[in-house]
Amino acid sequence: MAAAKSTRFDIKSYRGFKSITLLCLFILYAPLVVVTIYSFNASNSITTWEGASFHWYADVFTGPESEKFKSAAFNSFVIAIVAATLATTIATLAATGMVRGGKFRLRALSFGLISLPLMVPEIVTAVATLIFFNSIGFDRGTMTILLAHTAFCIPFAYLPISARMQGIEDSYEQAAMDLYATKRQAFTKILLPLMMPGIISGFILAFIVSLDDFIITNFVKGAGVETLPTAIFGSVKQGIKPNIMAISTMLLGVSVLMVTISYLVSKSDNTK
Amino acid sequence: MPLDREIAIDVRNAVKRYGDFTALKQISLSIMDNEFFTLLGPSGCGKTTLLRMIAGFEDVTQGGIYLYGDEIENLPPNQRPVNTVFQNYALFPHMTILDNVAFGLEMRGSSKADARKRAGEMLELVQLSQFAARKPSQLSGGQQQRVALARALAPQPKVLLLDEPLSALDLKLRKAMQLELKHLQRETGITFIFVTHDQEEALTMSDRIAVMSAGELQQLGSPVDIYERPHNMFVADFIGETNLLEVSVDKIEAGRAICHLGGGHELTCNEVAGIGVGSNVHMSIRPERLFMSDQPAEGESLHGRVKENIFVGTDISTIVALDEGPDFIVRTSNSDRGNKRIFEPGTEMFINMELGAARLLVD
Repeated sequence: MAAAKSTRFDIKSYRGFKSITLLCLFILYAPLVVVTIYSFNASNSITTWEGASFHWYADVFTGPESEKFKSAAFNSFVIAIVAATLATTIATLAATGMVRGGKFRLRALSFGLISLPLMVPEIVTAVATLIFFNSIGFDRGTMTILLAHTAFCIPFAYLPISARMQGIEDSYEQAAMDLYATKRQAFTKILLPLMMPGIISGFILAFIVSLDDFIITNFVKGAGVETLPTAIFGSVKQGIKPNIMAISTMLLGVSVLMVTISYLVSKSDNTK
Repeated sequence: MPLDREIAIDVRNAVKRYGDFTALKQISLSIMDNEFFTLLGPSGCGKTTLLRMIAGFEDVTQGGIYLYGDEIENLPPNQRPVNTVFQNYALFPHMTILDNVAFGLEMRGSSKADARKRAGEMLELVQLSQFAARKPSQLSGGQQQRVALARALAPQPKVLLLDEPLSALDLKLRKAMQLELKHLQRETGITFIFVTHDQEEALTMSDRIAVMSAGELQQLGSPVDIYERPHNMFVADFIGETNLLEVSVDKIEAGRAICHLGGGHELTCNEVAGIGVGSNVHMSIRPERLFMSDQPAEGESLHGRVKENIFVGTDISTIVALDEGPDFIVRTSNSDRGNKRIFEPGTEMFINMELGAARLLVD
C-alpha cells in the first residue's frame, strides 16, 4: 500500500459512495441471507421463524422427496465433472492453438466463435440444442445433457486458460526445445505446468456453470432424468417448502467452496 | 586467424525474409572453434535474427548454416548441439535452480541422478550451489543470469549462443559478468557467439567481432582492427567516439592522400584503395590520437582555438574549433596530464597527430 498516495481523487471520497455500496450489497445478498437463515427454521412455514433446527436438512436426506433429490444430485455431479473435464480439455487445446498458433487467418473469427455462446441468450442455445438433437434423432436422456453441458462450458473454461497462457512467454518453450526437449516434452514439462492454475480455474468455472444450469438442461433432458436444478424446480412448482431452502443453501455452499478454491489456485503460484 | 583451427559455425549466403522485409541480406561468415565471437550492431540490424537462425528458432530463407561441417539449417532446435542463453534468461519458473540446470541433460537421455550430479557441478562452477533448491524468482538478476549460463553449458554444447545476456544488469554487475563470461569461455573451450548492441562490451570480450547494420555485414575483424581500422563510415561512427570530417582528396602520391578539410586546412593520410583524387569522402580521427600544443609538431598539425573543456572522469574532452573549419574533439587522459597540456577556452593552439591517425572511409 502506498501510504503517501493522494486520496483526493480516490473514489472512496465521492459523496454517496458508501450508501450506494451498501445498497448494492443488500440487493445482491439479502435474498441469499434470508434463504440461508430460514433453511435452519424449525417451522413448516417458510415465513415464520420458530426456532433453529436442522430439521429440513434431515428432511432432504430422509424425507419423502429424498430419493428424487439424491438421484438428481448424483446426476448433477456426474454430469458436471464429466462435462467440465471434457470442456477443459477442449478449451486447453483451443487456447494452445489460439495463443501459440501464431497469426493465422480467421484467428479473430475463431476467438469470436469460441466466446460467442457467452453472449447468446441461453434460451436460444437451449431451443437450438433441442432442435439439433431432435433433427439427428438423438434420444433425450443423460447423454444429451452431458453433450449440451460440455458444449456450453467450453467458453467458460477457455477464458481463464487463454488468459493464463497469454501471460506465459514463448521463450520458455523455446528454451526447452533448445535444451533438447521435443515439442511434446516442451508442452507437457513446461507449458502445461505453467498453465495449470488457469486450467484449474477453467475447470472449476465450467463445473459450477454445469452444476447450476437450468434452462438448457430443462430443454434437452429426457423424461425421468433430473438434475438438481430441474428437480428443485419441479418441487417448487408444487409449493415452496423449507427443504428447498436447505438444498439451495447446500448448493450455495458448494459454489462458494469452488469459487474459493478457484481464487486460491489463481493466487497460488507454482513459480514461487 | 590460424588456418589449422576448425570452423565451428559456417554461415553461407544466409538470407532471411519476412514477407517483403529482408532482415538479412546474404550474410556469409565463419566462426572458428574455441572463439569468442560477437555479433555487434544497433537494434534491428539482424544480429539476433542470425543468432536465432543458428539456434533453429528461425528458418533460413536462402543459404546454409553448417556446424563443424554438418548442414544444420533444416534441423529443429532440439537436434542441434548448440544451446542458448536467452535475453530474459527464460528460466523455467516452476522448477528449482537445480532442475533447471539438469533439464537439458535429462532431455538428452541422462538418468535423473546423473543429470542432477552434473547440474550440481555446473552450479558450483558459477558459484550458486547454495541456491540449488530455490525457484528462479527468488534469485537476483545477476544470479538468474549465471543459472541461465550454467543451464546452457551443462549439456556441453558445441557452440553457446548468447542473446544480449547482460543487457538487463546494472553497469557494475555487467562489467563483472563480462570478465566471468570471458573466463568461462577460456575454461570450457566452447565456442561462444555473443550478440550485443554495446560496442564497449564487444571490444572487451571478443576475439573477433562482426559489425552488422541493416541486415548486412559491415566489417569482420579483431577488436583492434574494428576500432583502429574501420572500413566504412558506419563502423567508424558506431564503434567508439570519433571525429568524422567531410574531406576532398586533392592529391595522391607515394601511398599518401592529401586531403582538404575546408577553411584552408590540409591533412595527409594513408591512401585507401577505391578512393581516388577528387573524391569527396569522410575521414575518421579518434580523439585520443590527437595532442594539443602551442606549436606545430613534425607530423600533421592543424591550427585552432579551444572552445570548451569537458571533464569525463578518466579523460578530459576538449572541443577545438579550427580557423574557419570544422570542430574537433580531443581527448586527453587524466593520467597523462603531466606530459600533455590542457588549454583554457579561448586559447589559440595546434592540434597535432601522427600520420596514420586519420583514416579515409569508404561510405
